[in-house]
Amino acid sequence: MQYTTDMNEGVHAETVTMLGANGDRINAFLAHPLGEGKFPAMVLAHHMPGWDLLYREFAYKFAHRGYVTISPNMYFRAGHGTPEDVAAKVRAEGGVSDASAVGDLAGAANYLNTLPYVNGRIGIFGTCSGGRHAFLAACRTTNFNAAIDCWGGRVVMTPDQLNEKTPVSPLDLTKDLSCPLLGIFGNDDTSPTPEQVNQHEAELKKLNKTYEFHRYDGAGHGFFYYNRPAYRQAQAMDGWEKVFAFCEKYLPGG
Amino acid sequence: MCTMIVEKVKIDGCGKGASGWFNLEQANVSYDHPFNAPMEHALNIDFVNASQGPSARVAVELSESAARELVKTILAVLDQAEAGGHLENKISAGI
Repeated sequence: MQYTTDMNEGVHAETVTMLGANGDRINAFLAHPLGEGKFPAMVLAHHMPGWDLLYREFAYKFAHRGYVTISPNMYFRAGHGTPEDVAAKVRAEGGVSDASAVGDLAGAANYLNTLPYVNGRIGIFGTCSGGRHAFLAACRTTNFNAAIDCWGGRVVMTPDQLNEKTPVSPLDLTKDLSCPLLGIFGNDDTSPTPEQVNQHEAELKKLNKTYEFHRYDGAGHGFFYYNRPAYRQAQAMDGWEKVFAFCEKYLPGG
Repeated sequence: MCTMIVEKVKIDGCGKGASGWFNLEQANVSYDHPFNAPMEHALNIDFVNASQGPSARVAVELSESAARELVKTILAVLDQAEAGGHLENKISAGI
């Protein structure tokens, strides 16, 4: 919905507790638009640098656009501290397992479905490792009506990269993708490389999946991050437009 | 995590973090996204003491060239110290 200055608007945001993977109680950031009626919803899969301020801002951004938005703390089990300190600990441990991430994201969707103001249409969005986790959750579960993968690396994995935490290359799960997929990528990225993006797209096409991929010249990894040198203004603005157009198409009511 | 390149090594020594000095028990060395350095990937070293929680951390994020120079410099300093007969095997307990 186009914002006009005569609108009354509001967003309520707070930390909540939800059930994640294995029934663990974890915390999450919930932001929802005020107003009557029911809204579509979004789950945000935070990036490798952690459950940080940027993901709170993304939550506000989606809520402002009319989506009840939750961002689970997928690093909850590593303990508490600044987002950087916690993320550094997780980095040293080789990241969270795919099973843990998917469990937390599915749990976030389940939480949203308990809210009386959610209309039942739920999307998932993630950047960096969160983009990969968003794709995984859309393949491993049927909780989502739309998935958005922004430059998720290691979707295409070689056998030597597989381990106990990441036992399957997400590419091999494409057959199980349960909703439309939007992919946003920078052509200067090294993870995923343009060749890996092409490989993923070929698999989606072969399996007749509903998807749209957008590739940007002059952009690398993380080009939405206004607080990093990777930020690319024009590409980021266009990318966000693609994100919200995709949401309006597959998550109506926002 | 995007590169997932990380190695851990047990160490002893002390580090000064946000809350002052603490005993170090491990260094985590990764080549992955830094939190602050203006690079897509950096050589990150976290000197930590896991028993004191995630905040017991001294962090550095280095460019590849800086990291290589640092390694050479550390080794050069240790060689000089060894040549001068100054090396000690262990840090004193109880710091």
